[in-house]
Amino acid sequence: MTEQKDRELYRWLRLIREFEDRTSALDKQGKLMGGVYSGKGQEAVTVGFCHDLRWDDWIFPLHRDLGAFLVKGADPKRLMAQIFGKRDGFAKGKDSYLHGGDLSNGIFGSTSCLGATLPVAAGMAYKFKIRKEDRVAVAFFGEGASSRGDVHEAMNFAGVHKLPVIFVCENNFYAYSTPNELQFGVDNVADRAAGYGFKGEVVSGNDLHAVMKTAGKAIDRARTGDGPTLVECKTYRYHGHSEHDRADYRSEEEVITWESRDPIALWEIYLEKRKYDIAAIRKETAEEVTRIVEEAVAFAEASPSPAGPEAMDDLYAMPIDTEAR
Amino acid sequence: MLVTYIEAIRQAMDEELARDRNVLLMGEDVGVLGGAFKASTGLQEKHGADRVVDMPISESLIVGAGVGLAVQGMRPILEMQFIDFISCGFDQIVNTAATLRYRHGGQTACPIVVRGPSGGGVHGGLYHSQNPEAWFCHVPGLKVVAPATAYDAKGLLKSAIRDDDPVIYFEHKFLYRRIKEEIPAEEYLVPIGKAALRKEGRDLTVLTYGAPVHAVMKAARDMAAEVDIEVIDLRTLLPIDWATVKGSVRKTGKVLIVHEARLTGGIGGEVAARIAQDCFEELDGPVMRLAARDVHTPFAPAMEDYVLPNQEKITEAIRKLAAY
Repeated sequence: MTEQKDRELYRWLRLIREFEDRTSALDKQGKLMGGVYSGKGQEAVTVGFCHDLRWDDWIFPLHRDLGAFLVKGADPKRLMAQIFGKRDGFAKGKDSYLHGGDLSNGIFGSTSCLGATLPVAAGMAYKFKIRKEDRVAVAFFGEGASSRGDVHEAMNFAGVHKLPVIFVCENNFYAYSTPNELQFGVDNVADRAAGYGFKGEVVSGNDLHAVMKTAGKAIDRARTGDGPTLVECKTYRYHGHSEHDRADYRSEEEVITWESRDPIALWEIYLEKRKYDIAAIRKETAEEVTRIVEEAVAFAEASPSPAGPEAMDDLYAMPIDTEAR
Repeated sequence: MLVTYIEAIRQAMDEELARDRNVLLMGEDVGVLGGAFKASTGLQEKHGADRVVDMPISESLIVGAGVGLAVQGMRPILEMQFIDFISCGFDQIVNTAATLRYRHGGQTACPIVVRGPSGGGVHGGLYHSQNPEAWFCHVPGLKVVAPATAYDAKGLLKSAIRDDDPVIYFEHKFLYRRIKEEIPAEEYLVPIGKAALRKEGRDLTVLTYGAPVHAVMKAARDMAAEVDIEVIDLRTLLPIDWATVKGSVRKTGKVLIVHEARLTGGIGGEVAARIAQDCFEELDGPVMRLAARDVHTPFAPAMEDYVLPNQEKITEAIRKLAAY
């Protein structure tokens, strides 16, 4: 990889981390309503899978993948307005966090029924296939969602038609409080790929090089008609399921072990070994991402809150006479 | 031309598949077999296996994949082999499709049609007789239709396919081959959201939809000497054509609502409440309902007949209301 790309990837990792930290801080300050689901610690997964996608590819992020939104091209200002539930958010305040996608950049908003986006991604990939479009769909899901029927139905169908879709399991070891050993009986979620007739791969989700290499191969397979891939990224969320979850179900030792494999720290070691001017890169990047996030927060705070009657907008293509009263 | 109700459905899909290359039909056994009830006979051969797609037994996938296609501008028709299985795709309909436009702030349409055979009277038992339309009428963002005639079956399905919102289309399997009608050879549409006045009358109004429309019409004819009945076929259940409903009730002052779905939580409850509130001054009797008993639709013929509305129960209910 070129120095330029190495630095660009670093910038994305840092921007996401800054965005996550700021969102958590805003939540602590009582400035956000509703749930905040931090993806801090999982940045390498979204950067690794989204960075080399094209603008007209589609992603289906899960509830803690705000990084995927950013890397795929969402405007940080509008993303922050979305998190604030303001009118300039993608949902115009009708729901917060990542339920409102940015469809103009190929980013689909998820529902709270995790895993429900996988059938949608499979359907979209089916369209790419029958129309012979050179596009792929990337669907993220947690290891918890892997227990749901929707995930099986989507993968089965994708296998039948060799669809251009990549299923990315972000295994952060806990579905809210439920550990892997109470979630499934296999060693790896990716082992299930064999049951669908396509390739499954397990990768360290904190190692950006490893993620990018595996993502690249999976995306190539999808583009060249070789069908889906299931990639399981082993990673860790530093925060609880949401900000109000203290995550007491995990040991301090375990958390520290994972923090010592931090994806950004690992990338910095790599940049240093490449003999780039790491001190300068750190400083420049910090300044840039701080500015971007500051501007995003200022924009979101200034964005108007939707008025009550706007609740009735965007329900149907043309308003229907419901005699609502 | 003279067609059955199911042939009207087949024609609607055939014509829309031919008219618009973005239209697809997806469902279990819809392709090679032509559907469990033969609603799609010949369509795969004519329009290709890419567009008339045999799907795995995965209702949640069928609806969810339909949403993914819809976001890409496609217009998938999603068949539930029996409407009883729609509950397996419930989350995708209620949480993914119905909210899609809303939670994306109007960025996208969701032009899907979920259709399938509903209704009893065919000794189908618990899982081949259901009428779950009321569940979906409670969900904003959806439209719900239930045609009673071959003419409407065709015209409403074509409108549903062209509609930019998710439409749940309840066809009644009892009617599939039991009714035959002359329909125009040239193209026509039936608008969603408009009820049909099936028979004018002065003494009382019967509001109904689906298979009971035919039993109510028979009652209106048979009882013509004793009572002049107005029959309104709702056709669209979400949104209901309140102007037509209330106009009729204001004229006759008496109303009976008949549906084959269960009484409690059925559409009749909502219709009755609106009428009681908005037409109170004009009412000349209680707003009455006739619906299935609050139990599953049983298999044995005597039990099924006991549970569902039938000719006799309709006549009795009309007589009771007319006496006020």
